[in-house]
Amino acid sequence: MKEPIGTTGLALNEPLIWEKGRKGRTGFSLPKRDVEHAPLDEALTGDGPDLPDLSEVDVVRHYTRLSQWNYGVDSGMYPLGSCTMKYNPKTHERQAALPGFASAHPLLPASLSQGILRMMATLQRFLGEITGLPAVTLQPAAGAHGELTGMMIVRAYHNDRGAPRHKILIPDTAHGTNPASSVLCGFSPVPVKSNERGVLAPETVAELMDEDTAGIMITNPNTLGLFEENIRKIADIVHGKGGLVYVDGANMNAMMGIVSMGNIGVDLMHLNLHKTFSTPHGGGGPGSGPVCARQDLAPFLPVPRVKEKDGTFHLSYDHPKSIGKVHAFYGNVGILIRAYSYILSMGPNLKKASQLAVLNANYVKEKLKDTFYLPYDRPCMHECVFTDKWQEAHKITTLDIAKRLIDYGFHPPTIYFPLVVHGAIMIEPTETESKETLDTFIASCKAIAEEAKESPELLREAPTKPKVRRMDETRAARHPQLAG
Amino acid sequence: MRYLPHTDEEISEMLAAIGLKSLDELFTSIPEDCRRTDPLDLPEPLTEWELNRHMDALAAEMAVAPGYKIFLGAGSYHHHIPEAIRQLLLRSEFYTAYTPYQPEISQGTLQAIYEYQTFVTRLLGMEVANASMYDGASALAEALLMAIRVTKRKKVAVSRLIHPFYRKVVETYLKAPGFEIVELPSREDGTTDLSSIDHPEKYAGIAIQSPNFFGCIEDLRSFGGKIHEDPKTFFVVAFTEPLAYGLLKPPGAYGADIVCGEGQSLGIPQSFGGPGLGMFATKMKYVRNMPGRLVGQTVDKDGKRGFVLTLATREQHIRRERATSNICSNEGLCALATAMYLSSLGETGLRELASLNHDKAEYLKGALARAGVKIPFSAPTFNEFVAEFPDGFQEKHARLMEKKIVAGLALAPFYPELKNHYLLCATETITKDEIDALIREVAS
Repeated sequence: MKEPIGTTGLALNEPLIWEKGRKGRTGFSLPKRDVEHAPLDEALTGDGPDLPDLSEVDVVRHYTRLSQWNYGVDSGMYPLGSCTMKYNPKTHERQAALPGFASAHPLLPASLSQGILRMMATLQRFLGEITGLPAVTLQPAAGAHGELTGMMIVRAYHNDRGAPRHKILIPDTAHGTNPASSVLCGFSPVPVKSNERGVLAPETVAELMDEDTAGIMITNPNTLGLFEENIRKIADIVHGKGGLVYVDGANMNAMMGIVSMGNIGVDLMHLNLHKTFSTPHGGGGPGSGPVCARQDLAPFLPVPRVKEKDGTFHLSYDHPKSIGKVHAFYGNVGILIRAYSYILSMGPNLKKASQLAVLNANYVKEKLKDTFYLPYDRPCMHECVFTDKWQEAHKITTLDIAKRLIDYGFHPPTIYFPLVVHGAIMIEPTETESKETLDTFIASCKAIAEEAKESPELLREAPTKPKVRRMDETRAARHPQLAG
Repeated sequence: MRYLPHTDEEISEMLAAIGLKSLDELFTSIPEDCRRTDPLDLPEPLTEWELNRHMDALAAEMAVAPGYKIFLGAGSYHHHIPEAIRQLLLRSEFYTAYTPYQPEISQGTLQAIYEYQTFVTRLLGMEVANASMYDGASALAEALLMAIRVTKRKKVAVSRLIHPFYRKVVETYLKAPGFEIVELPSREDGTTDLSSIDHPEKYAGIAIQSPNFFGCIEDLRSFGGKIHEDPKTFFVVAFTEPLAYGLLKPPGAYGADIVCGEGQSLGIPQSFGGPGLGMFATKMKYVRNMPGRLVGQTVDKDGKRGFVLTLATREQHIRRERATSNICSNEGLCALATAMYLSSLGETGLRELASLNHDKAEYLKGALARAGVKIPFSAPTFNEFVAEFPDGFQEKHARLMEKKIVAGLALAPFYPELKNHYLLCATETITKDEIDALIREVAS
């Protein structure tokens, strides 16, 4: 291969922020005081928190240096499976920062907030069209929050029919948030084993599905990157016993314009706008997790709902069957603006995005299947899952491979997930990576597999190029130091 | 399309490498009857410049400062945000990164969140803070669930002077698994009536907000004493305006077990209510029952200081159905903004800014009182307070809106007994002249 893109450069040390500064400095332009000091009972006042006093330059240098120790999508390929780390268009930041949006107070009367309400109503329509599930709430602030909202809707639906249910089916390939979210709603998760093809078998679901089971939570495509090919039969079985089919839409990036979830028996699902719809992950959020549902589930959606009447928009609270509120206001509107901008920029090209995401994943799978063991050798969707089986002989693990990729200039894939695959390496390239980037990634993986045989120490010692080396995580957990 | 790098030629080469002829063939593993046949009914793509024009037009339909004079708080506060913070947040190594699961290439986020956690503990007087929750409301709901988990009791008490929307969210979270919520009444001075808590040992946790929804500062000392008659009962303090703690003694000083609320005030744009920042802090003895991510300090292989996500065995990706919460993505970038904001202010600046907020609202309060408006609650307030206007003010409130003044939030929809009562807020962004102009309108 050509020279790896990973190299070393000048990184700057930077202390903890309270190790800097000098009493009396300030980095803030305080507004002029045009009113008198007003007394406040001294029994109530304290000394104020112990914060460092810094100049604006101190603050700017501190965070600029910190930022340089990070790796983002703008730095390079970020093939983190199930996370859809696609490029985040710059124009989205401009739109969300427009003062009319960024400075808007959430309790303005509808007459003074038509712009955002119109945006929300239109985005709901777009998401309904993409999923085939027209009743949409934008309130959940993240994917797991969407799952929780979805499970509450499922619960409310059964309670409304006068027959509360207590169990929920969850495949063994599911994200950890699925069982955690269902338990928060009072459901007991019942694990469903996937079959030797890596998907759910209708018979297994039929055995477990009964009239105390509220429904099933399926990730489709699943976390092995495989389309749940029996979804229609499974939906029939679940519906036959009065249950609902919930889809975790984390992997929707493979499906836009390809599959309409509403047409294959899905009753409701959540989307991750910070995955499929290109809003930035922000180093761990904010995200946004709208829930899309069948029209007859609309009465259960959270309040308020955005409604239109004669061309004007308002927030409506009068929905007695609603599960209530899940967010103080209306969700992460700043993120909704970015997703809305993305859909307007892409239009029907969203289908092309899904096609190219699947093309990229299959290309990587094909090119690497002689390098890493591929437990399910079948056409994949937007991601593919390898393992460290062939590297075990050299006492090299998935973790070593992931860390060595850092030295080569790539963010590692998702590792050790899904749990059903031992030593999983889950690669999701996304559609915004070009063929030459993929080729460099593939060549790097091949070079690492060679190193695993010839000089495994390079992998065990990796990474060596970042500012710090492997961290002592055991020490962090045994002696938690969580504040300075 | 500029976000899709593939040329037709590359697509053909890649398909050939896979052994396929068309993009459609990539989807043969999807059964025919599951494939979508109709095209996506979405508008044709806009160019970057068309998008700008469209979004500018939508934004122009919103009423914001400085064109409008907005005396609204109630859980969302207009404060100045330094341009340095806006630009630093656009460092794309921060905003285009994922959750810092790979610490060697995420030290920037990790150190910044560690610093954020530290600032939160110092601001609230607590021992440990997490890396954030979705917002103030869900943070309060999770706090009460945590109290229920630790005490194994099934009932909580919540002051009716907690933000009405927060109480709605608490209700949604607690009613699904079947827990009971008791509402604590209010007193004539605008604070919570704690005399109704006869037996604190009946409750998993008791929550109040300070400053409360009326802007009134609660008597946390008395509350702490009363609630901790049973040391196991969780004393939960919520807030919507953390800037108050630049001036006030922190809830930790009164023995609070969990302090949680909304951090939007600290450097985050209002954005019609989100994204915000759920702040969450507790005592070290409860750390293993805490929801949300935690960053901890450790060392690398060479003994160099560094940071990692830690105590993950509480979390959903490890513990699944036995996790302390289902939360995964949080509000990381907003936590970063708050850390930057507090760094910019420093101890000295935070105090002066908090005091300025207090004094602006006091000026408005005094001027309204002199103009004959009743100030019904006597408890001290921070930067917002309740005013009771004469009958007919509703029409004037609407007329003022036409003059681009939003004279507070009507409270009757939330508290039916508070007819003609409005919640008004004045932060440092409101000038004395603007307050005087409002008073002239009210008095006219």
